[in-house]
Amino acid sequence: MANHANAMSKVKILVVGDSGVGKSSLVHLMCHGEALSNSSWTIGCSIEVRVHEYREGTPSQKPYFIELWDVGGSNSHKNARHVFYNPVHGIILVHDLTNRKSQLNLRRWLAEVLLREGSGSKTRTPLVEDFDAEQFGGFSQLPVFVVGTKQDQISEYRTSGRVRSCSLADECSADEIYVNSHDQRSLAPGSSNAVKLSRFFDKVIERQQTTTTTTARTDTGYSYLERENSMYRRNKSTSAFISMG
Amino acid sequence: MIGSMLVFFVGGWVWFVRKIFRDYEVHNTLVQLFFPMIFMLSCAMFELIIFEIAAVLESGSRYLYWQVVLYLMLVMLILVIPFYLCHCIISNIRMVRREWVNLLAMVTWGGFMMCFWKIGDPFPILSPQHGILSIEQSISRIGVIGVTVMASLSGFGAVNYPYTSMNIFMRPVTKQDIQAQERRLMQTLDVIVNKKKRVALAERERGIAKDGGSSGSGSRLWGLLRSVTTSSPQGESLAAIKQEVAALEELSRQLFLESVELQNQRERLEWAHTFQGRFFNFMGYFFSLYCSWKIFISLVNIVFDRVGRKDPVTKGMEIAVHWLGFDIDVQFWSQHTSFFLVGCIIVTSIRGFILTLTRFFYAVSSSKSSNIIVLVLAQLMGMYFVSMVMLMRMNMPLEYRTIITQVLGDLQFHFYHRWFDVIFLVSALTTMGILYLAHKQVNTSDKTESFYEPKW
Repeated sequence: MANHANAMSKVKILVVGDSGVGKSSLVHLMCHGEALSNSSWTIGCSIEVRVHEYREGTPSQKPYFIELWDVGGSNSHKNARHVFYNPVHGIILVHDLTNRKSQLNLRRWLAEVLLREGSGSKTRTPLVEDFDAEQFGGFSQLPVFVVGTKQDQISEYRTSGRVRSCSLADECSADEIYVNSHDQRSLAPGSSNAVKLSRFFDKVIERQQTTTTTTARTDTGYSYLERENSMYRRNKSTSAFISMG
Repeated sequence: MIGSMLVFFVGGWVWFVRKIFRDYEVHNTLVQLFFPMIFMLSCAMFELIIFEIAAVLESGSRYLYWQVVLYLMLVMLILVIPFYLCHCIISNIRMVRREWVNLLAMVTWGGFMMCFWKIGDPFPILSPQHGILSIEQSISRIGVIGVTVMASLSGFGAVNYPYTSMNIFMRPVTKQDIQAQERRLMQTLDVIVNKKKRVALAERERGIAKDGGSSGSGSRLWGLLRSVTTSSPQGESLAAIKQEVAALEELSRQLFLESVELQNQRERLEWAHTFQGRFFNFMGYFFSLYCSWKIFISLVNIVFDRVGRKDPVTKGMEIAVHWLGFDIDVQFWSQHTSFFLVGCIIVTSIRGFILTLTRFFYAVSSSKSSNIIVLVLAQLMGMYFVSMVMLMRMNMPLEYRTIITQVLGDLQFHFYHRWFDVIFLVSALTTMGILYLAHKQVNTSDKTESFYEPKW
């Protein structure tokens, strides 16, 4: 069985967001199909594995391992978090629907992951505080998914039931779902949330397949953005190198 | 006067929204209101002190303002904020239902008031001729709590500042150390991932087998037998793997925390090389001298039961006139220098307090308890500033002390100074002890780490 585990391909997806938004509950729900009973703050990184059928229902169906790396979001651990960020094939951004500031902070999270610079030292330029879609032009290779949690508690805080959708999701052309991490029906198979999620997983697997065939260089010590830029330049020069997707 | 109070209010509001509540959305605007209000009242008190020295406004109107500000402050500190605090704490506990929240809050608040009253008993604070509900009673008790907080903070700061800013205390951390630590962490995580993959595969195959078995033509009994026999050896090894995974996850958390600590050390070393770092290092030497002198003086004060009668300004003037032979107009200069000194003390202590508060809030808060913590901090801030006004009396020349004595009533100020010295000493010594232990523990763990090699 160990050989079998090593033979199956895998992708790595980061789950990031502010502290206390419900990432660990969400990941537990995704992988085990039930709500997490005892939630405590995540220190460092907690990894869960899920087996996902790529292209389910087609003849080319193939099982993949999806590693969900749930990174703890507390500010005091910011300078050591960067070790988890490389390599990564997809990002799930989690925000709390009852706390609008956690949604605004998603930009900072995206910038932190893409630049892989976790040190909070004061000498760092403020340029990297916010994520700007035009600035990171090459990022579009990395699939992003946005999840809003604590959907059941919205009614306590807002009189209007409508929730403003995340502008970051529109900018990245990412899918967005709202879940209640304590309710199994949020991600029940066949529901629209689950369909979007498996579409996202498929997209991540596709991108991972294309990146492994295009880049010949192994990626120790290079941030994601540097690799992207070099790949972009290479693709520009040799135009007929690869056809994406 | 009113204008300046409005300015303080707006300033406190802005500070609150921008800095303290940076990551949280405010659902309860009342909480958001209390904090700037206490800030405004405290700054108004300091402004009145400055006006006293600089002789702005009439003495009568100054007295009136004092009374107003003091009454407002007392009402908020004793009545309003504790009630809201109890309310918030109780509504955070999930077991209590909605209707009971208000009732329980009242009860808890009553208990709090009783405790508050009892605090005053063991201390010789009051002369017995005052009634129960006078200002002096409440101020004396607030003073006790505030002075305790202030003295422990000063003691902690006095020892901590040289420790963090002086280079001899920083341990050398090389890049190799950090990389080795990160490699260990990633190796542990890889092992965890592999084990989880095996578990996930096993569970998936068990699920497939169960589906296949139940839909087959065999009887239910046969399917049941098969699931029992095939799953038991698998089930045992799965349980063992899950236990290993739990142990490995705990190890990974420890490794991560150590790597955070190493990064912090590295950042401190980097900062020490910058201009600011070197300046602070230099100041650190002066500060350690000053702090040891202060500790010594407070020890002397306690042992010999001596409370200084003259403030530093007048004493400085006397020294200048008698020993150094300067011919200066004491009256004129004493007013300006005391104004300057008091202003400096006020500004630096407010700024230091604000910074400490912000950092403390970031370290401690979470989305659930943010409201509670804000209320606690507002309460502490109010008490801190009230007691600071009391202790400031020591630093001002005699002619300016009268207004404070007048306003705050006839309290035993000597007691407060002694209490401050005691708590300062205790807190400084405790901080020194804790820092010494932490320093030693980190040093020994560094040496043992080089022998540690994970064996899978």
